[in-house]
Amino acid sequence: MTAQLEYPDLQDSEALLSIQGLWKVFGPKAARVPRRPELAALSRAQLLDQTGCTAAVRDLSFDVAPGEVFVVMGLSGSGKSTLVRCLTRLIEPTAGSIYFEGEDLRAADEKRLRTLRRSKFSMVFQHFGLLPHRKVIDNVSYGLEVRGESKPDRRRRAQEVIDLVGLRGNENLYPEQLSGGMQQRVGLARALACDPDVLLFDEPFSALDPLIRREMQTEVVRLHREVGKTMVFITHDLSEALKLGDRILLMRDGEAVQLGTGDELVGAPADDYVRDFVRDVPRADVLTLRWIVRQPRDGEELAGLELGPDVLVREATRQVLEAGGAVKVVADGQLLGVVGDEEILAVVADRETAPAPARRLS
Amino acid sequence: MASITGSVEIEVRRPRRGVIVGVLLVAWVAAWFVLKGINTLALGGQETTGLHRWLTDQRDFLGGGNAFLDAIRVVVDQFVILLQAVIAQPSYGRPVPLIGWLGVVAVSAYLAWAFGNWKVAVLTAAGLTFLGLQGLWQESMDTLSLTIAAVLLALLAGIPLGIWAGLSNRAFKVATLILDLMQTLPTFVYLAPLTLFFAIGPAAATIATLIYAAPPVVRLTAHAIRSVPRESVEAARSLGSSGGQTLMKVLLPMSRSTVVVGINQTIMAALSMVTVAALIDAPGLGQTVLKALQTLDVGVAFNAGLAIVVLAIVLDRVTTAAGDRPWRTASLRRKVLLGAGAVVALVAVWFSRTYVWAADFPTGANIGSKIAVATTDATNWVQDVFGGFTFGVRDAVTKGVLNPLEALLTESPWWLVAVVIVALAALLGSWRGAVPAAVCLGLLVATGVWHDSMVTLASTLLATVVVVAVGIVLGVWTGRNHRADSWLRPILDAGQTMPPFVYLVPFLALFGTSRFTAIAAAVVFAVPVTTKIVADGIRAVPVATVEAANSVGSSTWQVISKVQLPVARRAIALAVNQGLIYVLSMVVVGGLVGAGALGYDVAAGFAQSELYGKGLAAGLAIVLLGVMLDRITQAAARRTRKFKGTARGDNLW
Amino acid sequence: MTKKLRSAGVLTAFALALTACGGAKVGEADKPATTGGKECGTFNLAVSPWVGYEANAAVVAYVATKELGCKVVKKNLKEEIAWQGFSTGEVDANLENWGHEDLKKKYITEQKVAVEAGLSGNKGVIGWYLPPWLAAEHPELKDWKNLNKNAAMFKTSESGGKGQLLDGDPSFVTNDEALVKNLKLDYKVVYAGSETALIQAFRDAEKNKKPVIGYFYEPQWFFNELKLVKVDLPAYTTGCDAVPAKVACDYPAYELDKIVSKKFADSGSPAYELVKKFNWTNDDQNVVAKYIAEDKLTPDAAAEKWVKENQSKVDAWLGK
Repeated sequence: MTAQLEYPDLQDSEALLSIQGLWKVFGPKAARVPRRPELAALSRAQLLDQTGCTAAVRDLSFDVAPGEVFVVMGLSGSGKSTLVRCLTRLIEPTAGSIYFEGEDLRAADEKRLRTLRRSKFSMVFQHFGLLPHRKVIDNVSYGLEVRGESKPDRRRRAQEVIDLVGLRGNENLYPEQLSGGMQQRVGLARALACDPDVLLFDEPFSALDPLIRREMQTEVVRLHREVGKTMVFITHDLSEALKLGDRILLMRDGEAVQLGTGDELVGAPADDYVRDFVRDVPRADVLTLRWIVRQPRDGEELAGLELGPDVLVREATRQVLEAGGAVKVVADGQLLGVVGDEEILAVVADRETAPAPARRLS
Repeated sequence: MASITGSVEIEVRRPRRGVIVGVLLVAWVAAWFVLKGINTLALGGQETTGLHRWLTDQRDFLGGGNAFLDAIRVVVDQFVILLQAVIAQPSYGRPVPLIGWLGVVAVSAYLAWAFGNWKVAVLTAAGLTFLGLQGLWQESMDTLSLTIAAVLLALLAGIPLGIWAGLSNRAFKVATLILDLMQTLPTFVYLAPLTLFFAIGPAAATIATLIYAAPPVVRLTAHAIRSVPRESVEAARSLGSSGGQTLMKVLLPMSRSTVVVGINQTIMAALSMVTVAALIDAPGLGQTVLKALQTLDVGVAFNAGLAIVVLAIVLDRVTTAAGDRPWRTASLRRKVLLGAGAVVALVAVWFSRTYVWAADFPTGANIGSKIAVATTDATNWVQDVFGGFTFGVRDAVTKGVLNPLEALLTESPWWLVAVVIVALAALLGSWRGAVPAAVCLGLLVATGVWHDSMVTLASTLLATVVVVAVGIVLGVWTGRNHRADSWLRPILDAGQTMPPFVYLVPFLALFGTSRFTAIAAAVVFAVPVTTKIVADGIRAVPVATVEAANSVGSSTWQVISKVQLPVARRAIALAVNQGLIYVLSMVVVGGLVGAGALGYDVAAGFAQSELYGKGLAAGLAIVLLGVMLDRITQAAARRTRKFKGTARGDNLW
Repeated sequence: MTKKLRSAGVLTAFALALTACGGAKVGEADKPATTGGKECGTFNLAVSPWVGYEANAAVVAYVATKELGCKVVKKNLKEEIAWQGFSTGEVDANLENWGHEDLKKKYITEQKVAVEAGLSGNKGVIGWYLPPWLAAEHPELKDWKNLNKNAAMFKTSESGGKGQLLDGDPSFVTNDEALVKNLKLDYKVVYAGSETALIQAFRDAEKNKKPVIGYFYEPQWFFNELKLVKVDLPAYTTGCDAVPAKVACDYPAYELDKIVSKKFADSGSPAYELVKKFNWTNDDQNVVAKYIAEDKLTPDAAAEKWVKENQSKVDAWLGK
């Protein structure tokens, strides 16, 4: 199945961040690996065996649209943390290109890079990366400080973001005096303080306990709504990815396995690896009616109810079951098909039946 | 997966390797019987080789005046003289220093309080007052001036070097090599040449102290920089910090407490150099110790040695407290108190500048002579009571262990010894051990003092075994038992900082002039550091691990032998390594009490110009022995215990 | 706690203020009497690390200070380094030089930074010595020819089955290995390594009646404590010690002399005249050394005591 290729790609013009053929290889004479096809084709184990190199990121290409939450997901060792560091060249990529607003970042010199990092990008780290010798407010204003803003300006802006992330009253504490969740709020505030265009998150919540994690995810959703930043979010947690991501890139061994929306991953897994990955997801929470419509059978009695294609199955369940017949799925006044009890129950009962159309109708 | 195969490999290999080692040693003994006395490369006490004479000639070329060195000398001299003028010596036309004893005590206690806590402030005031009561105020302040000058210069040079070594892997490797050299090369070797470069006086003494004292702060700064969490650095970079900003705002502040540990170690090293530097006219307590030694006056030497120990303990506790201070800025109340304290200290300074009683330490309550008399009585008593017994112990150990070992090393042909050592190194530590061993042995032959090196090697091995055994026992004890730790720690501190010259005389009385005496002195000097490292390692074993062992019903002995020691093996490997370096740094002192060999060669080279080259060669031989044993033990540790990580980088002490 | 501290601080300050009222002020009392020392100025005196030398230095320094008004700076240095000091100008005088032909050649003949300033009057003797009890009980040991017969007596843990000849203050040149070899003695040279170790060995030997034979020298303060007895080696003849490896004779007697820097000699300082005329006997030196080493007088007090008892000798040095 070549589903991946058929996804509608974003137009180049509207991409904020565009990654093409990105490689990061660790080890001796790493540069030769992407250059030589016979090496580039080797599996991870073979490559290590033959060259002593490890390819953390292999030939990745994707675009991130403005305002999008782009999630990169994978198990540990899949190269996702390396990838996010390559985006601002905290780790120098081995090959490939990175375009930000049309500018080639790999061609930027150290100074230009610093300017971009100071104003356009910010990052939130798994273990927070806070500076233990600075108070909360000084941690938050660090980015403003290094770009040379005056102290009153720094204070004012830092206070704003501290309020925004709900840290008011803790400005003069030191990081070690805060709980993990609070510390990550500091990390978040620090990233927001410079008012960047792109926020990079490197597994920001995986070191937190589950309750706090959920709270923080909600916080990110809220912030995204309020400040509307573009976000690249790294996680190994599928439910987190589904909850936050507009689109999800699933990685394995440095390679892209599938790129798509959450319901695409669940509804049309690209291969067994992805299918395995999404097996335990409650499908009714992810799939929309679009995924289970079928053509009405001849002489079938249709209910009077009409639903849109983007309604989640879970939300439509009661209405369809009570409608006493198949329900029409209509988009822009056009009939896409119908959904009956049978289709709904198949999803709710979480049976792995191939949805009627092999892929999403567009 | 890798670790599983690794451990299987070891299970199989260990006994087999033990057998091979045994066979090798038996073969060596057999060969020794046959080849005894051939090619031993023995060289008489006053005999020299061509290399030695060439080195002697080189010495004079070094001292040929140099504007750059002169400038350094003048600056350093003036710096020390300035410090002395402030606290030690009559100055600026006044019969007393700028600040008298009361001012010094008050300001020191205030600083201890401001940077540390009130406990160390009390300790500081008490310790400094004690120095005055010992009748050694001026000598102590001279020593303190020299120490401060040497330490400040060491920090000025050492911290930037440490930062560089922390940021660059290549610099780190080079620095490690040079620091090893600086720490094992006997001071006596460079003491005389330094006077050629920097003339006699405070400058040469300060620079000699600096060379000896700088390595710890370089090592620990590098280590601190390297262990700043990666994410904090990335966070700073991701926000667009420049290199300088990352260094100043992130790396350095976050390294603070470890760097302070380095400063602490540097201060300790500087204080332990004070007596040796007295040989080139360094002022202060060292002079008192050496003068007392000329007439074998143990009491007076001990009194002065005790003053050095007191200074060391005060400086150690204050810097430790300063390093442990939390990040938090002071509360308002503390700020007010600090302000008030500053006023009190300034008032005390004013008094000490105005009134004689506050300027010169009152001589009425001199307890120094009482300490001296009591010490002399106590040593005499010990000598009388234990004299016969100690000579018996000496003879038994010498005949039973030392002589056979030394005979094997010195009477075998040099090539046989070399082959055996390289083979042992290969067996214990693969090529990582064998290659450095072969190189060092080759260079040892070239130094022309092979025979003496083997004599020293025998004593060093025996001393190191004793040091490690005692260090592990005491370390486990103090690591598990807080009360034992608090009792033993001051004694260990004293063992580490009491100038060895002080206990030479009683040791000579107890054991006579012999190699055993030298071994005993080395053990006293090296046990404290091994004990401290082992104890730290035992304490660092996670509580949960020990609890797990207890929960399955382990006996105390099982917990120690099966859990704590294995888990603390990195610390133990480090303890062995440092024990060795400390033993080697006592080789020259050993030469002063009858150990002869390399130690005597170095001492004689310092005193007689025609033997200078030989002394230098002997000093280098000590370094070579140190490097060789160090590399073999590390390679062995790495191999048998899957010793991971950068072993040299962990060499923090 | 902090409260207590504060009150403690206030109390201390108060107490200080009270007690201070009655104290003498700095600079009020005796200013050091400067007695026309202009023409002497600073006199840098090397002090080598043995008590005999310190006795010389103490007396010369005392006289130079009291009589000539010099500002004497004593520098505690090993001999070699004191010689270096002549070339850097940091040492003006060395009051007791033991031979050191090589250094004389280097600094006097070649570099011309130092000059001889006559004999000190002290006679230096180097040789092998026995503790008094042993010499009394075995008088035959005073002749080297009998050493081999008694070698077993001197066996120790360090001498590997032979007799032990204890050697080695590292400051002194020794021919002992060559002597043992060339006189075919069944002894092994063991390097004690320091004067301290040698003295301690003799002390222990006398106290516990142990046999010991070792390298030693006079004048030495220790002779006041223990009158060591010298062993007669084959007599010294001029040139018998020319080739170090072939030496088979006793050490020469040294006429200890004084060395000064060229600069000092040319300065016309009265201290130079004092150094040049300074001359006394081994007994004189031993008395002052005893004051310092055993009676624990400070060098200055020891010198003062001796000068009072020997004013005529001092007057001779001063040309009075």
